[in-house]
Amino acid sequence: MSQVADKIRDLRDNEGRAALIGYLPVGYPSVEGSIEAARALIEAGADILELGVPYTDPVMDGETIQYAVQEALEGGVRLRDVFTVIRAISDLGAPVLVMTYFNPIFHYGLRRFAQELVEAGGAGLITPDLTPDAAQDWIDVANEFDLDKVFLVAPSSTTERLELTAAASRGFVYAASTMGVTGERATLGTRAEELVGRTREAGAEIVCVGLGVSREEQARDVGRYADGVIVGSAFVRPLSAEGPFDQRLAAMSDVARALAHGVRTARK
Amino acid sequence: MTSSLQNMPGPFFGEFGGRYMPEALIAALDELTATYEAAKADPTFAAELVELNKSYSGRPSIITEVPRFAAHAGGVRVFLKREDLNHTGSHKINNVLGQALLTKRVGKKRVIAETGAGQHGVATATAAALFDLECVVYMGEEDTKRQALNVARMRLLGAEVVPVKTGSRTLKDAINEALRDWVTNVENTNYIFGTAAGPHPFPAMVRDFQRIIGVEARQQMLDEIGRLPDVVAACVGGGSNAIGIFDAFLDDSDVRLVGLEAGGDGVDTDRHAATISGGAPGILHGAKSYLLQDEDGQTIESHSISAGLDYPGVGPQHSYLASIGRAEYQAITDAEAMDALRLLSRTEGIIPAIESSHALAGAIKLGQEAAAAGRTDEVILVNLSGRGDKDVATAARWFNLVDPDVNLDEEGMDA
Repeated sequence: MSQVADKIRDLRDNEGRAALIGYLPVGYPSVEGSIEAARALIEAGADILELGVPYTDPVMDGETIQYAVQEALEGGVRLRDVFTVIRAISDLGAPVLVMTYFNPIFHYGLRRFAQELVEAGGAGLITPDLTPDAAQDWIDVANEFDLDKVFLVAPSSTTERLELTAAASRGFVYAASTMGVTGERATLGTRAEELVGRTREAGAEIVCVGLGVSREEQARDVGRYADGVIVGSAFVRPLSAEGPFDQRLAAMSDVARALAHGVRTARK
Repeated sequence: MTSSLQNMPGPFFGEFGGRYMPEALIAALDELTATYEAAKADPTFAAELVELNKSYSGRPSIITEVPRFAAHAGGVRVFLKREDLNHTGSHKINNVLGQALLTKRVGKKRVIAETGAGQHGVATATAAALFDLECVVYMGEEDTKRQALNVARMRLLGAEVVPVKTGSRTLKDAINEALRDWVTNVENTNYIFGTAAGPHPFPAMVRDFQRIIGVEARQQMLDEIGRLPDVVAACVGGGSNAIGIFDAFLDDSDVRLVGLEAGGDGVDTDRHAATISGGAPGILHGAKSYLLQDEDGQTIESHSISAGLDYPGVGPQHSYLASIGRAEYQAITDAEAMDALRLLSRTEGIIPAIESSHALAGAIKLGQEAAAAGRTDEVILVNLSGRGDKDVATAARWFNLVDPDVNLDEEGMDA
């Protein structure tokens, strides 16, 4: 049973809206700071949390997130800290997915990681550099531990690959809005909506859109056709600003409230 | 040996290799794989490449026996495969010409590349000029300083050089940034990858374009001395020159294949780039292979005086050859490599690249070991993968060859 899928279905069926899925890197600006940020994000309207594991070589991330995870690593964040953060926020009603590049969990041991993720209350993984055809070991472990497997699709994905990814994913399918890395973009264009349509035709029930969403009107636009709106850099950027942490948290919460309003008014 | 180890097709080499990449790039990797497979089967592609190798880069490269150098290697016989004499000064051009021809076939007008020492970047900028392609080269900011001359060469050839300021600011981070560019611009851009690492099809494809080194050298040794060498030695960063010279010898089980990794300050220190000697299996840049990593699977920054070997990963076929014992991998320190660079310069009048000097230092050790074991008729073939012009400033500092007040750092080259 997928907590994430259930949450998204519940919002779709009972509130008539898309979910707001918020990304934060673990350990930025500190482990405790990332817990506070996660709590604030949920309070400001994030329905599902995506906790990023800091990694030295984040090839799918743009400058904002690269900078934050580098700071987190220099601050001494460890892989096991992700479980600490999940435990601290798992009773707030927002399912928690972990976004991780493959090597940290490969090196940790997939079964060991899955076991501890379940114990901490995590829902599953988003794997940006692991496609289903390269992920058999992870798929087996996820099935054994009843965890979500969120794989990505991109505008360049062929129909055959959309079908493969839709069949292998659980929780949702992550549709990359544009070709590129994470980061805020002024406009998203029409490819995201096309991709969501193609992914549904390929058999996916739940499709969420990420990459480049940073503004209320973008969340409103994406929330019209997607099951979830995934936002990362727009939350991390205010956390990276100058000033006292409380002030940065408040700025992040302002962004989150605006985006939460966007998804709540998308289908009105 | 029951089946041939030559020309292994990938994507896997035993448990190593594969394609651990973002979905956004899979279509491009599939297209490249299909284009390459079709090109391999097309005689006109092979003919075009043969002609370019002959009339543009100057193949076949010669072999040179170096007896005055060999006197310091236990008195065995040492031959150099002279990839340093290729156009642009290293083996990198072999691969780049192949991938540039493929770029034409996939119909893309823009190429990107990563570079460490700058040799692959220079080769790519050269091919881009020749084939009228827009060219962007990503290079760690640290490397743009160590290899300022090559930055200037690339710009002279019309390429844009982008200094990469993230992470360790070396080759690993240049690859990350090139991958980010590729994800964004894949519709009009081909990634000309410089070494036999990365996701499928690069490890097999780059090896195929480099295997001409071993094919030529094997025949040249037979012609010259009537038998195969006892040892083939090559430096290993990502490992393209090594796999290029090894491949033709893989089924000659009596020929010992030795890869020399960059030992930096020593493999027992935390400042080295000896991936197989000091790393563990993991996934970096799309392939499973040996990797320098900490207990959380974070990539450890490598260190080497040689920018071209300063990489915490290694091509997956090398990990495989190490795992089955067909090739062995040893580490050479910065100091040993620099001594070998000076020795070849002074005894033979050939200034090698610092990368290749690791292979020369390996040959000195292997020759001395052979002589100590009474095998004085041993023959060692060294892949001299590049020439040392780009390294003169580093050597001048290392050996105090110029007045310390002379400014050898070309500040501002990375602007």
